[in-house]
Amino acid sequence: MDPVIELDGLEVRFGDRTILKKLKATLTGRSIGLLGPNGAGKSTLINTLLGFHKPTSGTARIFGRDIRTHAREVRSLLGFMPENDAYIASMSGVHFVRLMAELAGLPPEHALERAHEAFFYVGLGEVRYRNLGTYSLGMKQAAKLAQAIAHGPKLLFLDEPTNGLDPPARLRMIQLIQEIRDRGDLRLILSSHLLRDVEECCDEVLILKDGNIAAFCNLEEERRANRRFLEVETRGGVNGAFVEAMEKLGCEAATGAQGRIKLVLPDELEVRQLYQVASDQNIQIRRLNHKRDSLEDIFLKAMEAADGRL
Amino acid sequence: MAVYKKTYRPYDGELTSSWTRFLVIPRFAFEGMRKSRFLTIFFLASFIYPLIAALFIYVKHNASALNLLGVGNANTLISINTTFFLNFLGWQSMLALFLAAFTGPGQVSPDLANNALSLYLARPFSRVEYVLGKMWILMVLMSLMTWIPGLLLFLLEAYLQEGWSWMRDNSSLAWGMFFGSWVWILILALMALALSAWVKWKPAAGALMFGVFFVAAGFGVAVNGVQRTKWGHLFNISALIGSVWVQLFGADPSVNNGGVFFRMPVGEELPPWCCWTALATLCLICLYMLARKIRGAEVVR
Repeated sequence: MDPVIELDGLEVRFGDRTILKKLKATLTGRSIGLLGPNGAGKSTLINTLLGFHKPTSGTARIFGRDIRTHAREVRSLLGFMPENDAYIASMSGVHFVRLMAELAGLPPEHALERAHEAFFYVGLGEVRYRNLGTYSLGMKQAAKLAQAIAHGPKLLFLDEPTNGLDPPARLRMIQLIQEIRDRGDLRLILSSHLLRDVEECCDEVLILKDGNIAAFCNLEEERRANRRFLEVETRGGVNGAFVEAMEKLGCEAATGAQGRIKLVLPDELEVRQLYQVASDQNIQIRRLNHKRDSLEDIFLKAMEAADGRL
Repeated sequence: MAVYKKTYRPYDGELTSSWTRFLVIPRFAFEGMRKSRFLTIFFLASFIYPLIAALFIYVKHNASALNLLGVGNANTLISINTTFFLNFLGWQSMLALFLAAFTGPGQVSPDLANNALSLYLARPFSRVEYVLGKMWILMVLMSLMTWIPGLLLFLLEAYLQEGWSWMRDNSSLAWGMFFGSWVWILILALMALALSAWVKWKPAAGALMFGVFFVAAGFGVAVNGVQRTKWGHLFNISALIGSVWVQLFGADPSVNNGGVFFRMPVGEELPPWCCWTALATLCLICLYMLARKIRGAEVVR
C-alpha cells in the first residue's frame, strides 16, 4: 500500500524544548491511531503535518508531498477535526460548513450542497440552520466532523473525536468513523487518549512518548500473530510437568501465579491435544482464554521502555 | 445527490482559483453585516455629506439655481478648493473610524474566541490571505465612504468647470484624495484587526479602537505640556494623518493644516517624514500583533 505519511527525521523545537525528536516512520494504514500520554507530542505532530509549526529539521511527506515545500498542496488533501471547540458561534451550522468548504476551494453552489449533505451524514440534518453557539457538546463534535469531510479530503485528521461525548454519542461517532474508514475513499489519522477508540477504528498505531516513537505496530498483524496465544488456568497435578509436556509438543510456555500458564501453540497443534496432555498429567483445566496482546498491552509495554523507545 | 441520502462521498468536482479564494471571507462577512440594521443605516447615512457636497458643487455652477434661491452672489462664497476636499476627507474619515470601530472587532475576534482559526488555516489558505480577506471588507466599505465619493466630487467639479485645464491644474487633489484615503484606510483596517485579535471581546476591542485615537492624542498633549515640546503629537494619530494629507494634497501648510478633525495644531507641525515614519511604525506594530495572534495553533514555549 502507498505510504500515507512518511516521517523523515522530523524534529520540532519550541525554544529550548524539543517536542518531536527526529521521528522516522512510514505509515501506510487505512486508519492510523496516534497514541501517547499527555505531552507526548501527538498534537504537535498533527499541527506540524498541517503546517501550523515549522519543522526544525527533517521533514514529513503526505501522499509523497513534502510538507515543507508543498504545504498548500498538502493542506488541499486534508480534513481536520481539532480537539478543542472550533466554530463561529454566530453562524448557523450549514453556513459555517459551507464557508469552510468554500475556503477549501469548492465553488459556492457545490459547497452549499455538500454542507447540507455533510450535516445529514453526521446526523445533524434537523438542526443545520441553528447557530453553532446553541449546539450541545456532542452536536459541536459532529459539526466539526461535518466541516472536516465536506470538501472531500483524502486524509482526515481526527484529534480526540470522542472527547466529552456521552456513551450513545460516542458510539455514533465511532460508527461514523468506521463507516468513513470502510468506504476506503479516504485515510484516517485518529489521535486519542482512549485506547478503545483507537482499537475499534484503527488498523495501525503509532505510540509517542516524550517526542519519540515508542511503538509502531500494525494492529491487524498483531491480531493475526496472537491468534494462537492461550492463557490457561489449571488445578491439581504438577504444572512443571504439564509445561514440559507442552514444550515437547512445540509450544512456547510461561508459568504464572496461581496455576496460570501462558502458551503459544504451533500452527499444527490443535487445542484438544492440550486437554489430552492435561488429562495425562492429571491436571484440570479450569479456564482457557484465547488471549492476545491488546492495544493496552502494547501501549503499556511502550510506556515501560525507559527512554521512550522500544 | 439528494441530501437525505446519508452517505459520504468524495468530491471530485471543479475547484475555485486559489488567487481569489480570500474573497470568500469578505463575502461571508458582508452577508453578516447586512443583518445589522444599525450598520446599514450608519453606512447609508455616511453618504449624506457627499450628497450635500455634490449639491454645493452643482449649485455653485448653476446661476439659475442660485437666483432661484435668491443668493445670486453665493458662488463667490463657495470655493471648491483644497480646503473643501480636505474637509470632505476629514469628515468622511472620521465616519470611517466609527465604521472600523463598529465592524472591525467583529471580524477576527469571533474566530479567535472559539478557536476557528485552526479550521481556516488547515485548508489551502494562508495567514496572509486570512488577514487580507478580513481587511478586504473594511477596505471596500471605507473606500465607498472616502476616496470613491471624493473622486466623484472631483470629477463633478471638473465636468462643471467645462475643461481639462482645471482637472490638470488640480490633479494633486485627486491623487491626494486617493492616496490619503488609502493611508487612512490601511491604518484603520490594520488597527481594527490587530486590536480585535488581542481583545477577543468585541465591545472592548471597539472601545480600545477609540481609546487608541483619543486617549493617545490626550497623552500626546500631556507630553507636550510637561516637556514643552511638540513631539508628543507623534502619539496623535489624527494629527499625523492630517499632516500627511497636507503633503499629499500639495497644500500650503501655512494655509491648510489638515482636514476637519484631522489637524496638526498651527505652529506645532512635525516634519512630514516624522509623520510618515510614525504611521509606518504603527502599521508595523499592528502587523506584528496580527502575526503573533493569527496562527493555526498557539505555541507554548
